[in-house]
This record gives sequence, structure tokens and C-alpha cells, in this order.
Amino acid sequence: MEKVLEILEILESDARLEAADIAVMLGMEKEEVQRTIKELEKNKIILRYMTLVNWEKAGDEKVMAMIEVRVAPQREVGYDAVAERICRFPEVRSVRLVSGAYDLAVFIEGKSMREISNFVATKLATIEGVLSTATHFILKTYKQDGVMFEDGEKDRRLAVSP
Amino acid sequence: MKTWNSYVNPLVSSLPPSGIRRFFDLVTETKGVISLGVGEPDFITPWHIREACIYSLEKGYTMYTSNHGLLALRQAIAADLEAACGVTYNPKNEILVTVGVSEGLDLAVRALTCPGDEVLIPEPSYVSYAPCVLLAGGKVITVPTTMNEGFRVTAGKIEAALTPRTKILILSYPNNPTGAVMDRRTLLEIAELVQARDLLVISDEIYSRLTYTGEHTCLAGLPGMRERTVLLNGFSKAYAMTGWRIGYAAGNPDFIAAMTKIHQYTLLCAPITAQMAALEALKNGRLAMTQMVQQYNRRRLLVMHAFRDMGLPCFEPGGAFYAFPEIAGTGLSSEEFAERLLQEEKVAVVPGNAFGPSGEGFVRCSYAASVEDLTEAFRRLAAFCRAHGLRPKTISAPRPLPGERRPLAGGATG
Repeated sequence: MEKVLEILEILESDARLEAADIAVMLGMEKEEVQRTIKELEKNKIILRYMTLVNWEKAGDEKVMAMIEVRVAPQREVGYDAVAERICRFPEVRSVRLVSGAYDLAVFIEGKSMREISNFVATKLATIEGVLSTATHFILKTYKQDGVMFEDGEKDRRLAVSP
Repeated sequence: MKTWNSYVNPLVSSLPPSGIRRFFDLVTETKGVISLGVGEPDFITPWHIREACIYSLEKGYTMYTSNHGLLALRQAIAADLEAACGVTYNPKNEILVTVGVSEGLDLAVRALTCPGDEVLIPEPSYVSYAPCVLLAGGKVITVPTTMNEGFRVTAGKIEAALTPRTKILILSYPNNPTGAVMDRRTLLEIAELVQARDLLVISDEIYSRLTYTGEHTCLAGLPGMRERTVLLNGFSKAYAMTGWRIGYAAGNPDFIAAMTKIHQYTLLCAPITAQMAALEALKNGRLAMTQMVQQYNRRRLLVMHAFRDMGLPCFEPGGAFYAFPEIAGTGLSSEEFAERLLQEEKVAVVPGNAFGPSGEGFVRCSYAASVEDLTEAFRRLAAFCRAHGLRPKTISAPRPLPGERRPLAGGATG
């Protein structure tokens, strides 16, 4: 079990590492690592391998917003039914149930502010059970998934030292 | 005409220049180099430690501390030593906070060495030990160790080097440059000899936290050794704090008092900012340290595997973050190997003879580098070995001693 978690942790930080290298690092057989990864994929523990992109630097004019959504929970399904409806929209990047002043933290991606405002006004706010929304446009990303976007922490060590 | 150099203390001018220094100049002149020659962590000091230090500055902690160092820090060090090694030190008079282990070493050697005293240094060894002894007027007696014995010095070898003038033994495990670790059994035999022959030990255990196979044995924790040992340790490697220059010495009150005497006249105290950071490291640094140790261990296994693949014999380093492969099979000397590797493939390693004559035929490769850099460096290193006619063969590991648990490849981390 511990090895499985280690494999996941390694892949989460670098999905491009080969099973052979992971096997060496963890003192396992390559086949064992491959089998474990297959199993994790099958069980939807590993959902997808993705790339973390700095879109701003790439010159793409994406607009992102975080929307606080207050929801009236429904009998038997609680927040799930509304959350699932919100999830179906491809514009929605992530949906999380949170504690505090609102219920769902929804991240949305669009081409322009107008597009996002439109989506919120016509699609999101109108879902039955949604009580209110508050839209926060993302101005700048400093850090995402543990990675700093503009990092000044370079390797400044002397090339050779005792 | 008299040169200015003739004014320099002959003891100083006769010190050999550091072999590493010479190589450093060569490396910095070359562009696009991946360096495996770095003797420090590739991690930056964990943020919570840096943040605590900034906070201490904001609060105005900019003054001298006691010569011994902040009492709170000494108390934390004592607690840490007790937990990690099972040795109890009185923070009031048995611990001295130093400017890195480097200062602790110098203090211990100067406080204990009389002119003409012989100091035993197992080799290959870190570059500072011999010069410190020479500057203190002592006589350096090196005890070479070999790859076949896992670069571990034995009681037998020490005994063979003893003379009536032998006073001090310097031990350094986990070892820089070889990555060797000391097993408890060998250490017990050494401890017995040390007591029988009334020797002292300066034990540099700066890499103790970076032990991957089995557990680190602290020399001072062995029966009868606490009073005879000056234990040196610090924060540089375990907490990625090399540039802070902060370490400590622990020992019996008389030795610590003698060392403190020199320390108070030459340095006064370690910088308070670094002391505040060290205190934070001991208080809250455990998790970050464990994570770094885990990363080192994974890289260590990658590096071992890579050497095996390219046919460079390398014994399994159980600690620190160095591998010490034997390159004699290429027909090149350590320096030739390192220079050609730098010119032909732009990878920097440190020639083994920088760590004494018994390091000849080896090079030191630090794996305190990102997996990405290591992978690329080893691709280049493999190409170099092929070009110099090396064929893959099996790796050699030190034979386990009777009763010693053979560490598993994926061994314990921290």
C-alpha cells in the first residue's frame, strides 16, 4: 500500500517518468509498477495525465473565474444533484463543495468576461436550487497545483563544492 | 628580492591547495555543464524556516547571543540528540552552537591537539580534516580504506596505525565523499579499541539524517564513548541550510569549555539569525526533512542503477548524497576522467584524489540534483564510458558483516 501511494505521489509530480525509472527509485520490479499503474487507471484512482500550462505566457487570452454558488440542498441527494448538473457544462473546470459562507466553489473558463457573465446569468444562476452566485474573475495565477508560475528560486549553488 | 608570499606563515603556505578549488575554476569556464560536483542539497531551505528567520529580523533579533548560543536552541538540540541518538547532553555546558560543523571541527582539533600529537583520519576523507590538524600543529596519519571494505575503517586498521603519540581519531559517517555508512558492530569494535588505548574521537555526523540503509549509529551513544567523543553535527544537510553556516558540538563539559574559550575569542557567537532559523528547523522541520530524505533515496537508487548499466563498479552508498564509482577501468586517472568528462560531455564530477590518495581511481558524483538533470547527466556519462571502452558488468557491494541486516534496495528513509 505504501508503495502504491509512493507511485501516485511520483506520478503526480511528474507523469512522464517511465515505469522502469519508478521501479528503480522504489526498489520494485518494472512489471509490478506497470501492473500497479494499470490497476490504478482501471479503478479511476489515476483519472488522467495532464500538463500544467501557463496560458498567459503562451499568449492565450483565456479568462477564468471562480464562482461562489449558494445552493438549497435537496432531500436525499443534498448538494449532489445540483453539483452534478453544474459539472455537465464543459465551461466548468472544477466544482467543489466547501464549508463556509457558500456551498459550491465553481471554476469556469471562457474566452471573454462577457462569455463568462453570460454563462453565469443564463445557465448557472437559473439552475433550480441555486440560490445565489458571486463571480470572481481571476486576475493572475501565482501558483497552481504546487507549482509557482514565476519562480525566482533558481539553482544558485556553486558548480563544485566540497 | 623578498616576495610577499615569504611573509606568509610557512605552515599556511605549505598547506596543499584544495583539489576541488582547482577543478571548480575549470568547471565555471565551461558552458552548459550539468554539475554532479556540488556538495550541498539542491533543495532550498524550507520556507517555514526562512519565514521564521525573517520574522526574527522583524522583531529585532539582531544582537549577540551567549557564546554558547541561544539556550532555547541548545535545549532543542539536546532534545533532538536524545530522541535521535539516545544520548543525553546538558544544554547548559555540554553543547556549543558553532558556525557550521567546519568551525566545530576546527575548535575540537585546536582544543585537543598538542604539537606533535598524531591524529588518525580515515581516507578518502572530507577536505578539511587534515588542514585543520596541520594548522593546530598536529601530525596527520591517514588510514586508507578501500571499496571492497565499503570504505569503512575497521578497528584493526586503526590499531595498525597507532603509535604512542596517537591521540585523536576523526570519524565521518555517513561519509563524504564515498557515501559509506558505519555499521553498529564495526563501530562497537572501534569504541572498544578507542577506550583501551585512551584515544579521543571527533565524530562528524553531519550526514546522519541522510541514512538510507538501516539506522545511523551515533558514536557517542555507544557504551563508554560519550565522554571521549566530540560529536559534531549541524543543519546544513538535513535541513538544506548550508549557507546559514550553523552547527553544533556536543561533548563532556571540559572539552566544550575548552572549545568555547577559542570560540569566544575568535567568533564570539554564531549569527543569531541563523540560530533562530535552526531553532525553527528543529521545532517544525521534521516533515520537510523526511520528504527531502525520501527524494535523495529515490535518486540514490536511480544513480546506482545507472552506474550498473554503464559498467562502472560502484559500491552501494548507504548515506549522504554521493556515489563514489571506480573509474580505473577506463585507464584514466581520476583527474583525467573528470577533465575529459567535462570537456567531452559537459558533466562535472569531482576527482576522487581531491579526498586523498586513496580516492585515486574514483570520482565523486553528487545526486543532490533533480531527476531530470541526473537522467541527462547519466546519459552523457554512459556515452563517455562507451567511448572509453567500458563494458557493463556487475556492481560490487560491501559484503554484509555477520549479524548485519542486508538492507533492501528500497530501504528505510529517515
